[in-house]
Amino acid sequence: MNLLRELIFPLIAVVAAFFVGGILILVIGDNPLQAYGLLFGSAFSWPVGIGYTLFYATPLIFTGLAVLVAFRCGLLNIGAEGQLYIGAFATAWVGITFAGLSPWLLIPLCFIAATLGGGMWGAIPGVLKARFGSHEVINTIMLNFIAVALLSYFTQYHYKTPGDPIMQTVPIGEGAHIARLGRFIPGLPEFIPLNLAFVLALICCGLVYLFLWRTKWGYELRATGTNPSAAEYGGISVRKQIIVAMTISGALAGMVGINEVLGYRYRYYDGFSDNYGFTGIAVALLGRNHPVGVIISALLFAILQRGGIPVDAFTEHVTKDIVQVLQGTIILFVAAEAFFRGPFAKYGLLKRSKV
Amino acid sequence: MAEIFTISLIWSTIRLTTPLILAALGGMFSERSGVINIALEGMMLAGAFTAAAVTYAFGSPFVGLLAGMGAGLAIAAILAIACIRYRADQVVTGTAINILMIGVPGFLSGAFFLSSGSTPQIPKEHLIPWTPIVIAFALVPIAWYVLYKTPFGLRLRSVGENPEAADAAGVPVARMRYAGVLLSGILAGIGGAYLSIGQSSLFTRNMTSGRGFIALAALIFGKWRPVQTMLACLLFGLTEAVTIQMQGVVKLPSGEDIPVQFIHMVPYLLTIIVLAGFIGSSRPPKAIGIPYQKER
Repeated sequence: MNLLRELIFPLIAVVAAFFVGGILILVIGDNPLQAYGLLFGSAFSWPVGIGYTLFYATPLIFTGLAVLVAFRCGLLNIGAEGQLYIGAFATAWVGITFAGLSPWLLIPLCFIAATLGGGMWGAIPGVLKARFGSHEVINTIMLNFIAVALLSYFTQYHYKTPGDPIMQTVPIGEGAHIARLGRFIPGLPEFIPLNLAFVLALICCGLVYLFLWRTKWGYELRATGTNPSAAEYGGISVRKQIIVAMTISGALAGMVGINEVLGYRYRYYDGFSDNYGFTGIAVALLGRNHPVGVIISALLFAILQRGGIPVDAFTEHVTKDIVQVLQGTIILFVAAEAFFRGPFAKYGLLKRSKV
Repeated sequence: MAEIFTISLIWSTIRLTTPLILAALGGMFSERSGVINIALEGMMLAGAFTAAAVTYAFGSPFVGLLAGMGAGLAIAAILAIACIRYRADQVVTGTAINILMIGVPGFLSGAFFLSSGSTPQIPKEHLIPWTPIVIAFALVPIAWYVLYKTPFGLRLRSVGENPEAADAAGVPVARMRYAGVLLSGILAGIGGAYLSIGQSSLFTRNMTSGRGFIALAALIFGKWRPVQTMLACLLFGLTEAVTIQMQGVVKLPSGEDIPVQFIHMVPYLLTIIVLAGFIGSSRPPKAIGIPYQKER
């Protein structure tokens, strides 16, 4: 019953969003069934559709986990966008600067750089909140913009190939490349950028679960999120927990850089993130702030992203903007869950849970 | 340096400040009533797109401006109903609206104008380059008066500071918050409309490019007060104007352009510093972000 209750509202929110999207498609004169058919058909085709869907899911799992960890500590991290940029640039910097090293040394260094970079950028709003009490939401928004400006400066003035019209750094050393999954899976072509970072993302889901629900530190972090004053009374330093949670959160977001830089483009590309950080909020929220839920909802959003391309190409009027419309509507419905709780409670289908 | 600080810089500052003032004053009404408004960006985009589309269709910028206000209002209504009626998380709802508003204008322009996210060019005689500027600067004293000298303003501030006490004193908390959020939608809608049918002559994809967030920063930098917020907007407008003027004119001794990125950072850095209390303290309304539930 409990599990059902956990599942039912996210499910209703998704269905309702597709319904709203369908009406919009109908209004502008296209067939919603055809559009949705294209969307899911392309996302589930083997090998290209599935390969790309899993590739798109990878950054969303990382950012979803990032938002989840902060949320469990009672913090809203809307700075995953900035943290993942810093992580990506850090990993690219190591990959460029130490290009000559053996892969056995270089790849771990690159991983550490991504994690540390993102973690450090996440720690800043954590420290600001713990030390000065300033709201993490505002600070993370501001730090997103600062990260973008800072990295655009470094890319443009220090790490670009001279004369390159594209805002991207020079390539990283080949020793820093991580394998694409096509090398291990028969039938999956290697041009699909799905890479080992996807496996890492799944491992991180397991680790986050173990950390939060099976360790003392995780317990302290969650206790802070549930009731900070009780936690403080019980001898937990709330300030420390805030900093720890934001650092871990940032580190997880930073790992997006591993997928992007080490497994896909092999360089830092300015402005690469397609709102991964913000979609991460939706992923965590729809996934009920649980690692398994994060995987499922990351897959859903990845399907939308992948499926948006053929919808754009093969319908008369619908553009790929339908993806953002659906995403936004899903978050809206998940956030305003009480909207659906009302009728349910009214007809006695579900007891109103204590908020 | 002298070639930068000219009359044209002043004009450019005023033009760049106008949308910020409109959105920031809007945000002020919403946040003073206790509802965090990070959806200013989305509201501006809605206003910008609708104003351009309607002006193009009807050939009248005033109808367009009204439509832009209406679009901002409609988006604000979503935020208000979700956060006040259904007690949804205000930040999450705001984020949802921002994502939604990246998509909706592109979706509609794809359908109506067969374009990929922009409206057709609007003829010059159908633009309103002046009215929104006048509205923006005239609104500052009006907002001050409304907020501090009218019963409405007192009530609005009271539900943002201490909704329980306000409720006990008979102030309708939900209604005041609806008023605050809806006002923010109207003002941000004008701000957006100014971008598309005042400053420019069409809507382009994501044309606000973060101005909603700069307005939010100015609001915090201005400590949620109208006059200080206007000054913060002017400061941020000036930094943007300077970066535009500097490009290609002022060079470093090495002959390279001065990196504009560092100037772009200024508003955001200042906001963090002010929020941390290094330059005076900026204290948000006490009950901001907390949904209010009447005791039964």
